[in-house]
Amino acid sequence: MAIKRDKKEEEDGGNPFQSLDKTSVLQDARTFNETPVEPRKCTPILTKILYLLNQGEQLGPAEATETFFAVTKLFQSNNTLLRRMVYLGIKELSLIAQDVIIVTSSLTKDMTGKEDLYRAAAIRALCSITDATMLQTIERYMKQAIVDRNPAVASAALVSSLHMSRIASDVVKRWVNEAQEAVNSDSIMVQYHALGLLFHIRKNDRLAVTKLVAKLTRMSLKSPFAVCMLIRIACKLLEEESSGEYADSPLFDFIEACLRHKSETVVYEAAAALVNLRHTTTRQITPAVSVLQLFCSSPKPALRFAAVRTLNKVAMTHPTAVTSCNIDLENLITDSNRSIATLAITTLLKTGAESAVDRLMKQIASFVSEISDEFKIVVVQAIRALCLKFPRKHGTLMTFLSAMLRDEGGLEYKASIADTLISLIEGNPEAKESGLAHLCEFIEDCEHTSLAVRILHLLGKEGPKTKQPSRYIRFIYNRVILENAVVRAAAVSALSQFGAQCPDLLENILVLLARCQMDTDDEVRDRATYYFSILQNQDRHLINNYIVEPPQVCVSSLEKALMLHLMETPEEVFDLSSVPLAPPPLSDEVQAAPTVVQEPLAALGRPAVSKEESASDRLRAIPELSWIQGPLFKSSDPISLTESETEYQVRVTKHVFKNHIVLQFDCTNTMSDQLLEKVRVQLEVSEGYQIVAEVPCQRLACSETSPTYIALQFPDAPNLTVTNFAATLRFVVKDCDPMTGIPNSDDGYEEDYMLEDVEVMLADQMQRLTKSNFGAAWEEGESYSELEDTYNLSGINSLEEAVRSVVSFMGMQPADRSDRVQPDKSSHTVYLGGMFRGGVEVLARAKLAMGNSPGVAMQLTVRSPNPDICELIISVVG
Amino acid sequence: MDGLLLEPTLYTVKGMVILDNDGHRILAKYYDPSVFPTSKEQKGFEKNLFNKTHRANAEIIMLDGLTCVYKSNVDLFFYVMGSSHENELILMSVLQCLYDSISQILRKNVEKRTLLENLEIVMLAMDEICDGGIILEADPTSVVQGVALRTDDIPLGEQTVAQVLQSAKEQIKSAILK
Repeated sequence: MAIKRDKKEEEDGGNPFQSLDKTSVLQDARTFNETPVEPRKCTPILTKILYLLNQGEQLGPAEATETFFAVTKLFQSNNTLLRRMVYLGIKELSLIAQDVIIVTSSLTKDMTGKEDLYRAAAIRALCSITDATMLQTIERYMKQAIVDRNPAVASAALVSSLHMSRIASDVVKRWVNEAQEAVNSDSIMVQYHALGLLFHIRKNDRLAVTKLVAKLTRMSLKSPFAVCMLIRIACKLLEEESSGEYADSPLFDFIEACLRHKSETVVYEAAAALVNLRHTTTRQITPAVSVLQLFCSSPKPALRFAAVRTLNKVAMTHPTAVTSCNIDLENLITDSNRSIATLAITTLLKTGAESAVDRLMKQIASFVSEISDEFKIVVVQAIRALCLKFPRKHGTLMTFLSAMLRDEGGLEYKASIADTLISLIEGNPEAKESGLAHLCEFIEDCEHTSLAVRILHLLGKEGPKTKQPSRYIRFIYNRVILENAVVRAAAVSALSQFGAQCPDLLENILVLLARCQMDTDDEVRDRATYYFSILQNQDRHLINNYIVEPPQVCVSSLEKALMLHLMETPEEVFDLSSVPLAPPPLSDEVQAAPTVVQEPLAALGRPAVSKEESASDRLRAIPELSWIQGPLFKSSDPISLTESETEYQVRVTKHVFKNHIVLQFDCTNTMSDQLLEKVRVQLEVSEGYQIVAEVPCQRLACSETSPTYIALQFPDAPNLTVTNFAATLRFVVKDCDPMTGIPNSDDGYEEDYMLEDVEVMLADQMQRLTKSNFGAAWEEGESYSELEDTYNLSGINSLEEAVRSVVSFMGMQPADRSDRVQPDKSSHTVYLGGMFRGGVEVLARAKLAMGNSPGVAMQLTVRSPNPDICELIISVVG
Repeated sequence: MDGLLLEPTLYTVKGMVILDNDGHRILAKYYDPSVFPTSKEQKGFEKNLFNKTHRANAEIIMLDGLTCVYKSNVDLFFYVMGSSHENELILMSVLQCLYDSISQILRKNVEKRTLLENLEIVMLAMDEICDGGIILEADPTSVVQGVALRTDDIPLGEQTVAQVLQSAKEQIKSAILK
């Protein structure tokens, strides 16, 4: 019995602060008001208050103020410990309590007093209650304190000054001489703090910082922290020198010399700095890498961690430099610290050979469940890079990823795995079937709606093209039965894709869709009904245009167009082709994977304002141009018509409408002594074009940018539209005072300035159009007119380059990922889809082959309902 | 490679935390308002941190974008956090200083009970080590000198003989153990 009680007492007594209650503790704080103050009673109470605050207890302003004033009473006691706790209390309460400046005089007295134990802490407490105006009244004391002989006092003053510079930087700036003196202090911490403050004050004055660094690198600081700081400053200076040449820089020599410092902290800092500098060559970082290699076998986990983390970064920029450390990294794979092991493995994956992959994957699998999500994502990214590097290893990697997918983890982690799998599927036809199977399995038990929707969309896109589409139906239909409405709707859409593309499954799909029409959710029912009626019709044209290739209009423009239609001409039939197309997301090779997967549902949710739309609104606001018919079809990216460092800079943006083109010239005046007026661009238009409107810019002061516009009507014959215009900038110059910008006189003189030619290209008039099933669309285009020609693309030496230039020249969207060239092939076919201005569909097929002769041979076939457009394309290519 | 070079600043430490062996907070300080601004986020982080670290005695971990170095003894866990690009060794020296100072203050009895009995001195010590994220002192001896030790409160003349003997004994012991 007695033992039991003892045990219980021990548990209760284990933490005297366990069951503290805010109200009762604040009640106890009234003891502070008693005179004389009893330190033995008050100290524990104050400790309790601080403990409660530290536990996250919130005090209201009234409570805090009351407590604060009670605490100030404790200044009457001269007990050292109590006084020090009072300072802590002041610092904590000053954030919430009011009228805290009341203790300024007490603190100032302690700060200038004789008791060293008080002075440093009093300075820090004082600065926590001081504002910018009050700071000036204690400025004198602060200056003295910075150069005080007691290091604790000097450090406290320097650190507090740095805190204060956030609210009163101009006051603190005046203390630069004192800080300068403090850098020479014997105390290592004072040195460090003084350097920090000096740099902070002068960081915008490059010359002063350079001088400071030059001086300090010579005098060899004693504090390792200060040397680390100095290395960072030196790096910053090196980085700002844009020359990118470090070889002769004394700063670089200094950092390199730090690799031989006696403190490990400094050695590591220097090594990390060398590695992270942007322009270091592999040879320059070799000494740093050898130092890191040594650290890899250190008994201290933190040092090993630091070394591997840095080597991991090096592996991205200078993989060859890290190969020499491979043996050391191998040893770290079995490190008891999982973070170190993971970093070691991912580094090895980046630098290692194909043969090592299997072994490394097995190693990671053994502890992947023990590491944090962040590291798992690092691993996934490394695997993704591997997939691109060694496509043959997809089997091992994919199995590993699917195992990871089944583990516990957050959305971000799961999404990164799904992204990797999707990019694998898209990039590697061999991996498609097994990848889809893994994803199917994953959605069976996926709690993240957004991921499930993405995967269902992918299944709908890729599933019908596999050898055995029927096996996916079950997985998809299971979603319809088991999931929430959003996922059900996505599943219905995916099902319809199978119905549209696999005729032998159509019957069954219709049955399933009919069942979905009974769903409880509107969206699901609507979709089911929509797809059901189209599929039942069995009209290939309808199916192709409304299921396989749904209309790709820009949703926010569609909304606007419909509103306009209802207001103006509700009795007429709405013309969908007048709505601008939504441009397919730009995909560039490596990052293609995650972005290519569009989320049809999510896209509806966020109305993205496209480049065209904002430009369209701007053009509509200009009275001279507002009459132009039709919506804006396409806006090009701005192209510079001048060199980048000339006195006047002009950039042109081409806005294409159905029958017109508006050229927007953004002119910039960089001459500080000139005011430009009546700025306009004179064009020498080629045959067929007609200038219909011109909007000059009336006034252009220095460093201003302002647009001038020219509207042209396209020629009727499309083959005249691709051409060049010679352009000249014309304006009236008035000399003016560079300071004020006011012209010296009212008289100006005319001046002109040659610009580069403005080109109107095929790509300007073409909108990219995604064809997710190019084969079907191409077959349907048999009724269109067709033209074919062969070309020799000279000056292009690889298929990839040829594909890139064809795609960008035509301004069309490659379908079925045909822009990705399989390596080691000598021929390749690109399928392109596009929409010519005016809403005319264009399809193109380009067969490319590398021959014996230099250059790439191309056979281009173009199909379009309008024969003139075919002719135009055939004629301008080449 | 952008942003990997460290901005030269004295603000190195993002936080210091002492937890008990159930993962409950004994003392915690967070110095960067952009890192875990609310008490709820802080507690969530501490829970996560404790779960990841209480079994493996591995000294360093990366969590929620922070590099955390840690050390445990009997029923206490000491943590120091810094940005994920921070020099880990600097953080380690702060942790070492925190631990050694507390060890000296508690006369080598680094456990929850003694720590709570001397909580006010530990608070002062943490305040001496780091001020608003800037490392103020990294030498444990200076830290301990900087905080007023309890026995110093009583002038030597007023201490009992036993007290004097006790403190002398402890000082000799610690000198030998060093």
